[in-house]
Amino acid sequence: MYPAAFEYHAPTSVRDALGLLGSLEDAKILAGGHSLVPMMKLRLAQPKHVIDLRKVPGLTGIKEEGSTIVLGAMATHWDVESSPILKAKAPVVAETAAVIGDPAVRNKGTIGGSLAHADPAADMPATAIALGFELVCEGPKGRRTVKADDWFQGLMSTALGEDELLVEVRVPVWPAGSGACYMKFPHPASRFAVVGVCAAVTLDKNGACTRAGVGVTGAGTKAVRARGVEAGLAGKRLDAAAIEAAAQKAAEGVDVQADLQGSVEYKAHLCRVFARRAIEAAVKRAQG
Amino acid sequence: MATASVERLIGKSIKRREDPRFITGRGSYVDDIKLPGATWAAFVRSPHAHARIRSIDTAAARKHPGVVAVYTGQDMTGVNSLPCGWDLRKEKNIPGVVQDLAMVPHMPLTADVARHVGDPVAVVIADSQAAAADAAEKVKVDWEVLTAVTSTERAAAGDAPQLHAGAPGNVAFRWEIGDGVATDAAFKSAPVTVKRRIVNQRLVANAMEPRACAARFDPATGELTLWVTSQNPHVHRLLMCAFVLGIPEHKVRVISPDVGGGFGSKIFLYNEEVVCSWASRQLQRPVRWTATRREAYLTDAHGRDHVTDAEIALSREGKILGLRVKTTANLGAYLSTFAPAVPTFLYGTLLNGVYAIGAIHCQVTGVFSNTTAVDAYRGAGRPEACYVLERIVEAGARALGMDVAELRKRNFIPKFADGFQTLVAVAYDSGDYGVALDKLLGMFDYKGFRAEQAAARQQGRLLGIGFSTYIEACSIAPSKVVGALGAGAGLYESGKVRVHPTGMVTVYTGSHSHGQGHETTFAQLVADELGLPVEQVEVVHGDTGAIPFGMGTYGSRSASVGGTALHMSVGKIKEKGKKIAAHLLEASPSDIEYVNGQFQVKGFPSKAVPFGAVSLTAYVPHNYPEGLEPGLEETSFYDPSNFCFPFGAHACVVEVDRETGQVKILKYLAVDDVGNVINPMIVDGMVHGGIAQGVGQALWEGAVYDDASGQLVTGSLMDYAVPKADMLPMYETERTVTPTPVNPLGVKGAGETGTIAATPAVVNAVVDALAPLGVDHIETMPLTAERVWTIMQTAKAAT
Ligand SMILES: Cc1cc2nc3c(=O)[nH]c(=O)nc-3n(C[C@H](O)[C@H](O)[C@H](O)COP(=O)(O)OP(=O)(O)OC[C@H]3O[C@@H](n4cnc5c(N)ncnc54)[C@H](O)[C@@H]3O)c2cc1C
Repeated sequence: MYPAAFEYHAPTSVRDALGLLGSLEDAKILAGGHSLVPMMKLRLAQPKHVIDLRKVPGLTGIKEEGSTIVLGAMATHWDVESSPILKAKAPVVAETAAVIGDPAVRNKGTIGGSLAHADPAADMPATAIALGFELVCEGPKGRRTVKADDWFQGLMSTALGEDELLVEVRVPVWPAGSGACYMKFPHPASRFAVVGVCAAVTLDKNGACTRAGVGVTGAGTKAVRARGVEAGLAGKRLDAAAIEAAAQKAAEGVDVQADLQGSVEYKAHLCRVFARRAIEAAVKRAQG
Repeated sequence: MATASVERLIGKSIKRREDPRFITGRGSYVDDIKLPGATWAAFVRSPHAHARIRSIDTAAARKHPGVVAVYTGQDMTGVNSLPCGWDLRKEKNIPGVVQDLAMVPHMPLTADVARHVGDPVAVVIADSQAAAADAAEKVKVDWEVLTAVTSTERAAAGDAPQLHAGAPGNVAFRWEIGDGVATDAAFKSAPVTVKRRIVNQRLVANAMEPRACAARFDPATGELTLWVTSQNPHVHRLLMCAFVLGIPEHKVRVISPDVGGGFGSKIFLYNEEVVCSWASRQLQRPVRWTATRREAYLTDAHGRDHVTDAEIALSREGKILGLRVKTTANLGAYLSTFAPAVPTFLYGTLLNGVYAIGAIHCQVTGVFSNTTAVDAYRGAGRPEACYVLERIVEAGARALGMDVAELRKRNFIPKFADGFQTLVAVAYDSGDYGVALDKLLGMFDYKGFRAEQAAARQQGRLLGIGFSTYIEACSIAPSKVVGALGAGAGLYESGKVRVHPTGMVTVYTGSHSHGQGHETTFAQLVADELGLPVEQVEVVHGDTGAIPFGMGTYGSRSASVGGTALHMSVGKIKEKGKKIAAHLLEASPSDIEYVNGQFQVKGFPSKAVPFGAVSLTAYVPHNYPEGLEPGLEETSFYDPSNFCFPFGAHACVVEVDRETGQVKILKYLAVDDVGNVINPMIVDGMVHGGIAQGVGQALWEGAVYDDASGQLVTGSLMDYAVPKADMLPMYETERTVTPTPVNPLGVKGAGETGTIAATPAVVNAVVDALAPLGVDHIETMPLTAERVWTIMQTAKAAT
């Protein structure tokens, strides 16, 4: 499989990368290449220019800044999956990365690529929404920060500007008494999420839910926050009945799409089942 | 000179000698062959399932830098249709033909109408693969899009679009086997009958290495060499030379080097290798092509695709009184090389299974549709037959309220050692079917499982068990018989043993290894029989320039047919060696025996000549028997007297997730009887891989066409779910050994048993798991989570 001809660029700074992005017509950023390159090989994407970020320093690494964990956009899924900082402070992020594709995919694919690509069946978007990631973009006019809620705008479309790079992903650390879990129903062939739900909860010392974040991916054209579920959890003691009742709202606001993996009805059902399961696990973890 | 008794090699799990090269990336596949000056072909394929070609504009493609030539079907004058190698016609006295096979043309590049997505209509040949791919996009085809039909059930319906002028109503053939009158009578008087629709969905073979070819015409010698991913290079050469291109066979050499899997899909002669061979002669340059995965999905022959109505008639005691089967088999858009044999003689003849059945009647209609051609895929016809029978048998047991294992036991054909005539033409070789199931039931606590299942059901959990007691027919033969059934080829095999002066041995087999491990198994066989270290024997295969002739590898025939041919040649080597040894020992040849790698005077191990001394003498014949030809090399062609019939019993335990419909396999047990075993590790590997494919069909795999557009929706590995290791359970496997009387090795065949057995065992298990919900049948595979969930919802709604 040969892609259509293109010109390859390998800038060595964010500035140069932005310069190329601003001046070249029909250019695409290349990160891990595990979404872009398959599309180019199938000739579904035929960019004239490819700007490779791998030689740009400073875009990798995972570090702690107060109550935030900062990930370079070029951190690979494996970097995320194996990060001691994430495992200690936001383990669900590492867990989500660990169920992406297979080891070959995780060794190459990046968190920035996944979030920028915004595949409707990608895993990380659910967790980004549930925990409230912030995405840092850099463009000719400097940096700006976008909340995960505002990031995913439609089928493979995001708030990223055409002249911008995604440079950083900021993960807030949830307080003590919190727990989170990502669960997915994998596509039997691709392992992408047919439905994936990330649930995060914080419980007070009486066991009441003071904060909940639930993100749903896979079922619709973009990952969304399950506001109905969150509302159902807020302030409640999360026993089985409360969780079940809240989870019933998991498909609300999801523009569920039918395909070979399931009808609208079935996928909506899966949203509810996986929401319940993810919340149950999150609550268990929050209880310690 | 006393030699210690040499250890037998047969029956030992010798590690596969080919594996180090494969797992270290040193294999040499077609795509690895270096050919200076080679050009690359890129095919322009129909994006439509059914469309008439108004015109093709190749001008822009021709101007693309690096392009050497662009051809369409109209340029390929003097080139004939790809042949179908299996004829079903009344005038040929082929048994069971109700309506003659429509021998529709299948041109290498279609010039009038494209009949499936991926049908090639033009080829661009360029200096590089990239230039060919770029230029192919510039070929402009003016299409008149026609309505398409892909559905097996609707292909022959009155309003379906016609694919071929020569096949009215899209019917390819009608065929039957068994006794309709006796079967009707059995059903009339039977107290219990059960009828079920059973769909065996279409599969894609998914060999790891995509098809590839490289054709090099040498203008100096007039010879054409074709490297191709083939399971049977001699058959490729014969079909291409004699039928399609009309070029002299002795000027063509076909080499099938390392091949990464076939599962049947690389048996057949395909458009691309014909086009590249033809173009290489036109251009006097090498022309090569390697399929993309997308092309593999669209053009490798698919498998299965049957819709069947099956009925079983039973006595109250559970005796099978009758079996009635009506099958529609979707053959796709064209007749692939052996397509007509698969849903007929490889299918109907297996419907007797392992049971004594009162009467059987089977009718098959083959239909054309706007889909990729269907042909043999691992098991080929036999999995379809086994699936129908093993599903309907369990349906019958449920209708009677009888245990599914018990019903089988009441119907097994009793043990026999030399022949059982079935009601569907074939005669089994040897069998002991009850023993396989008994052994299986001894591997776990069946009664205990039923108790556990009942307890689980109390808690709302859905556990199920399914069985499959299967029969398989392999090493299809003899040539005379298959010829009378319509085969255009013989089904013997050649085996040549060349002993070098130093006593080293090279073995040439007409079988072809594309994953089976022949280089190990055949070396093991020959070394064992000659009492030599296995390292002293090398195996050569896959080259018409080196091998006398060969029918190739499919239908689990390599060990039984190819192995026996080698065994015969080894026998001849020993006979000649005895004459040479007798001369050296000054004894009579009749007094010489071959023991532990030496020729000795019977009973006198000290009066002996080692193998190496005899071989040296054969090539340096100074002191040599009068009138005996020098050299030590023998060739044999073996044509078996019958098929071999492996059998066994498999069981699968599953749990169904009530909420999601996901099926989890908790346990998988298999007892297989493949006759004598040469290399147990390799046979285990075959069984494991076969089960994986069988489970894959039951739970995940399926080629799905979009009804309206005729597009293959599952056209990539991201959409078509091939089973991965972590989706499968640990298998527990055992064997019983019932040697076949058909060949002197007593080996039956092990390549397809798992695929045949596993699918019904898994589906039966899921049906059993869902029984508490009132489910007593599942019509369609794969049992994806959604399908199972939907069945559960429908069952709930009904109660
Ligand atoms: C076999 C296979 C299985 C997979 N399974 C899964 C799965 O189960 N779950 C899952 O979530 N994903 C899966 N993926 C996708 C994988 O996670 C990809 O790696 C990821 O979606 C894209 O990341 P990348 O770094 O490879 O991006 P690339 O492919 O390099 O780029 C993807 C897109 O994002 C843009 N982009 C990338 N980085 C930036 C940046 N920093 N700034 C601006 N734009 C950028 C590119 O221009 C491009 O349009 C799978 C992929 C494959 C090949």
